[in-house]
Amino acid sequence: MNYRILEKKVLIPGQTTLLVIDAPHVAKKAKPGNFVILRTSEKGERIPLTIADCDPVAGTVTIVFLVVGKSTAELNTFEEGQALHDFCGPLGKPTHIEKQGTVICVGGGTGVAAMHHIAKGHAAMGNRVVAIIGARNKDLLLFCSELGNFCPEVLIATDDGSQGHHGFVTEVLKQRLEEDKNVSEVVAIGPVPMMEAVAKVTKPFGVKTTVSLNAIMVDGIGMCGACRCTVGGETKFACVDGPEFDGHQVDFGELRLRLSQFRPQEQESMALFQHKCQCGEGK
Amino acid sequence: MSEKAVKPAKRARTEMPVQPPFVRIQNYLEVALGYGEAEAMAEASRCIQCKKPGCRQGCPVEIDIKGFIGKLQQGDLPGAYKVLREYNSLPAVCGRVCPQENQCEGMCILGKNPEKTGGAVAIGRLERFVADTFAARLAGGDAACLQITGETACHMSRDDLKVACIGAGPSSLTVAGYLASLGIKVTVFEALHEVGGVLVYGIPEFRLPKSIVRREVDAMRDLGVEFKTNWVGGKAITVQELFDEGYKAVFIGVGAGLPQFMHVPGENSIGVFSANEYLTRVNLGRAYDFPNYDTPVFKAEQVCVIGGGNVAMDAARTALRLGAKKVSIVYRRTKSEMPARLEELEHAIEEGVQLELLCAPLALNADENKRLVSMTVQNMKLGEPDASGRCRPMPIEGDTRDIPCQLVIIAVGTRPNPILLEATKGLALNKRGYIEANPEIGETSIHNVFAGGDIVTGAATVISAMGAGRKAAKEIAKRLLGAEA
Ligand SMILES: Cc1cc2nc3c(=O)[nH]c(=O)nc-3n(C[C@H](O)[C@H](O)[C@H](O)COP(=O)(O)OP(=O)(O)OC[C@H]3O[C@@H](n4cnc5c(N)ncnc54)[C@H](O)[C@@H]3O)c2cc1C
Ligand code: FES
Repeated sequence: MNYRILEKKVLIPGQTTLLVIDAPHVAKKAKPGNFVILRTSEKGERIPLTIADCDPVAGTVTIVFLVVGKSTAELNTFEEGQALHDFCGPLGKPTHIEKQGTVICVGGGTGVAAMHHIAKGHAAMGNRVVAIIGARNKDLLLFCSELGNFCPEVLIATDDGSQGHHGFVTEVLKQRLEEDKNVSEVVAIGPVPMMEAVAKVTKPFGVKTTVSLNAIMVDGIGMCGACRCTVGGETKFACVDGPEFDGHQVDFGELRLRLSQFRPQEQESMALFQHKCQCGEGK
Repeated sequence: MSEKAVKPAKRARTEMPVQPPFVRIQNYLEVALGYGEAEAMAEASRCIQCKKPGCRQGCPVEIDIKGFIGKLQQGDLPGAYKVLREYNSLPAVCGRVCPQENQCEGMCILGKNPEKTGGAVAIGRLERFVADTFAARLAGGDAACLQITGETACHMSRDDLKVACIGAGPSSLTVAGYLASLGIKVTVFEALHEVGGVLVYGIPEFRLPKSIVRREVDAMRDLGVEFKTNWVGGKAITVQELFDEGYKAVFIGVGAGLPQFMHVPGENSIGVFSANEYLTRVNLGRAYDFPNYDTPVFKAEQVCVIGGGNVAMDAARTALRLGAKKVSIVYRRTKSEMPARLEELEHAIEEGVQLELLCAPLALNADENKRLVSMTVQNMKLGEPDASGRCRPMPIEGDTRDIPCQLVIIAVGTRPNPILLEATKGLALNKRGYIEANPEIGETSIHNVFAGGDIVTGAATVISAMGAGRKAAKEIAKRLLGAEA
């Protein structure tokens, strides 16, 4: 199999990159909320990434990733025309999308990319989608214009106030929920603290809140339990029972700690990679 | 080779060379090194070629064991290999991983009175010798066909007859090899990035080198089998779509890979892993060679492995090789009830694995950062035998203790993976969620959809998965080729 990179777009230099991958059989089946697992090389680890967009006609799948460790740093060295070693999908349960009125989609950091695909799905179903996206400053905002294509409103929050609301997405969300009593669902994708904060904000309003959990994964098909999370007091496998769950039921504290499981190894691997790059032996 | 002075049967079993324990726990290489030619001939000559061989009855696929050892006694290696291949698609694998002591060797007449006879013939070791030695000598045009069938008469692959296998474990590989040798075009869809099922993601390199599996897979490729890795049946493709694409039959061999947990407090703490995750990281991900390979694995000084089967042994021995100071196997019953292969248990003990018997986990205790620090266990005693014939472990009221550990590996069994099953309408399952298949031919409730291996039986053995694959393959061949087969 040849999973060629058809397009590479650096969204935030050295930090966030978009890749369009040639994978017709995945594109044909992928639905909003699904994810893929890829490997960069024969020695690579399996990296799960939520699908940011797909085009079944062109046979392409779009992914967006944040450089957080060795594997994503290596992925970031790939250029157009090069091929990924492995690309498996679509995985996970797709987002539950039904005609329901107004849906607020909240995205933070790289999570905006995955949120984009879900928002698009809701819009295609005829729901009114209000997007709320946030970043540290305006240069780090992702998918702003793409969301504008199908969301009647795209609300923005930046930590430094360089664009939109000066503060967090949760503040924008709270205000909106106070003003608009007809919101049927809130979808939040982003860093764990952000999703946790969103769930906290929506709770008193009693609005259904869906979050997508980026647990550590290995196989992605339910065979290992690496991705287990506690939801409503029960253990769930994010890869097959999710990745989306009821935000009011998720044990975010546990998720955050479980995500740190391999931190020492991740640091060791990254240090070695950087050293190799400096010495010019890197990829 | 004949030793007239001693009756052959009176010689003890020929030992197989192994890496010494203190050496092998420092590496990840194969422990058992296999017979050389002289050792194999010496051992083969111990077989008394019974009129009514018990060994064959003990074999789940009824290999003509007497036949292949007979050929070996005559020095006819290709002949011996051909006999094996008539029954067994993966002799190099089975020779290494079958629980022979409960199967063929358990029924060998020489094993009945070991003091007098020297013990059962080492059938597994001979099987391994024949398979490895034959494969090593292969070269040239017919090599793939010879490897797969033991003969030179494979058919050319024809594209009008297509069969799909979902999952690439031993059951599917058997179907693929068998049908390919008859010229049927087989495509194998595998969810993971590597082919082999448990043979590559579960069973460690030190017990079954990946190169053995690769040798089989390469030969199948040469015969025209196509392997599509990273394809999840039920997600990327459904059974119905396969028929729509012109496949004439589908074989489902997706295994029973879903790990079971114990549902005790603290089970999601950092440092608690399913054996599947632990072994997949190390074997499929080659985490034993981190950071040269990218997949990390969790390391700790004190490790507890829960369970008494092969999976538990593999996990414990892996943890030792990854540098743990103390590795204990925690099991509810006693040593004699452990379902693991005897050789594996012995090897584990030699290597320094400790046994914490008659105790069951009650809680996994973590610190404020959710990192595991110890495990509380309930001490047990043996009661009356249960339905499985093994004595039921009973808790001794109020008798608990704490075992310090920073890594716990849970190997208490698996369940069927529902992804494909849920996506396949009309596929009948039994009460436990496994596929209902006709035991004679492997056909499911859907016409021309077959299934075999762990997804039908629940976690079992390589040989039984392979046997099921073979039955299904024969039926598929009959249906597709009619009288030609
Ligand atoms: C650690 C361990 C040690 C063992 N040791 C021994 C031993 O010493 N001796 C012995 O005889 N047996 C042993 N066993 C058991 C033996 O390995 C299994 O019984 C045997 O492998 C089952 O074969 P199978 O073909 O049914 O499936 P598996 O080997 O389980 O392979 C199934 C394959 O299907 C793939 N798959 C799953 N779902 C899908 C899907 N939806 N689409 C596509 N592919 C999918 C999986 O990724 C996997 O590759 C051991 C098992 C384990 C886990
Ligand atoms: S990633 Fe292995 S079970 Fe979810």
